Amino acid sequence: MQTPAPTDYVRATSVAHAISLLEEHGEESRLLAGGHSLIPMMRLRVARPEMLIDLQELHELRGIRIEGDEIVIGAMTTHADILASPVLAEHYAIFREAEKVIADPVVRNRGTMGGSMCQADPSEDLSAVGAALKGTVVIQGAGESRTVAIREFHEGPYETKVGPAEILTEVRFPIRPGAGSAYEKVERRVGDWPVASVGAYVVVSGGVVSDCGIGLTAVGAEHFCAPGAEAYLIGKPPTEESFAEAARLAADSCSPSSDQRGPADYKSHLAKELTHRALRRSAASSQGA
Amino acid sequence: MQVTITINGTPVTRDVEPRMLLVHFVREEAGLRGTHWGCDTSNCGTCTLWVDGAPVKSCTVLAAQADGHEVATVEGLEKGGELDPVQKGFIECHGLQCGFCTPGMMMTGRALLDSNPHPTEEEIREAISGQICRCTGYKNIVAAIQWAADNPAMSDSVASEVNA
Repeated sequence: MQTPAPTDYVRATSVAHAISLLEEHGEESRLLAGGHSLIPMMRLRVARPEMLIDLQELHELRGIRIEGDEIVIGAMTTHADILASPVLAEHYAIFREAEKVIADPVVRNRGTMGGSMCQADPSEDLSAVGAALKGTVVIQGAGESRTVAIREFHEGPYETKVGPAEILTEVRFPIRPGAGSAYEKVERRVGDWPVASVGAYVVVSGGVVSDCGIGLTAVGAEHFCAPGAEAYLIGKPPTEESFAEAARLAADSCSPSSDQRGPADYKSHLAKELTHRALRRSAASSQGA
Repeated sequence: MQVTITINGTPVTRDVEPRMLLVHFVREEAGLRGTHWGCDTSNCGTCTLWVDGAPVKSCTVLAAQADGHEVATVEGLEKGGELDPVQKGFIECHGLQCGFCTPGMMMTGRALLDSNPHPTEEEIREAISGQICRCTGYKNIVAAIQWAADNPAMSDSVASEVNA
């Protein structure tokens, strides 16, 4: 039987209240969103917070909306909400494709956008989606909120730019008219973390790739992205040759580790192949195919 | 801390440690052993019950998180002495062998049919994809949920659908 170590529990009633609770209880307090990363870690006693600050009543952090030329996803929005969102489906197929293969339908009812980002697992699928789309996160502390690019958000495995008395409140993605996007994942079984995953968006305009983004997870990609491969692809025709070379550059920029999910060379192969597939499908979608 | 969780319509108030998992609250505090406690790692899904109508894995939810919420368990499926069509489907289609995964399968099956009364086989398999049957009796579990879809009880909502 796995039982978390003793802890205290309090519900925050607002973002400001959550921040004041974090300040009051210090470094040994933890924010609790869906709990589907934190509670397993508590059961294994990898995490032993002394105070849990439950965010479930912060309804203002749950929801998906368009604001100007950005899509805004509140931190408490669940995976199930993202999967079901017509707004996201209209602009970015990558969300639906990724969410279909994140955990399983029952877990997706609890796990949240903000929780996934802040857990910052090196195999997190939403980190690859966020990096591919060059999104930003909004972090709120006692003072002014600040906006951080997802490509600068991760300090390392399980570490982010969110400070001890701060809370990630929302994630924002620029809307790109004409963009196609796709997500490719290889997992050992339903609900597992990826062996490798790659997400992409591509805008084809005037017969060439005018804009693109590539996000990779579980393969040791720095900041979950492949800027070299993106730079190569800009201005190139959307052909198999272009995508193959971009995929090779993306895979070469990764440093996967061998583990129980597979050897490093297999993961490198997947990084290349999945990048190629994600680019091919994104470009086809951008061209209305 | 004191928590009150309404389980199958009945409020249950207990003094518990904040670290208590919901599955243990339901089984040990409320005495409802229909919900099974399995892998402890949110993989197997036998502990699946509903919180506010949505299936969740209760080994990965604290009882404290469910304070003030509505929980439904497998014991609540039966209505007025009548088994739920999903329960009948498991009888008709031999949907269980050892029975350990059954409560979770039934709760997910019922939730699926409430949102999608006529699912395809693929949709049923997707819905139960977070649940493990170690007897590997998936074929009959899918058939049982399909049976329930084909034989819905004449509940108010179904009756009004037919009359409309």
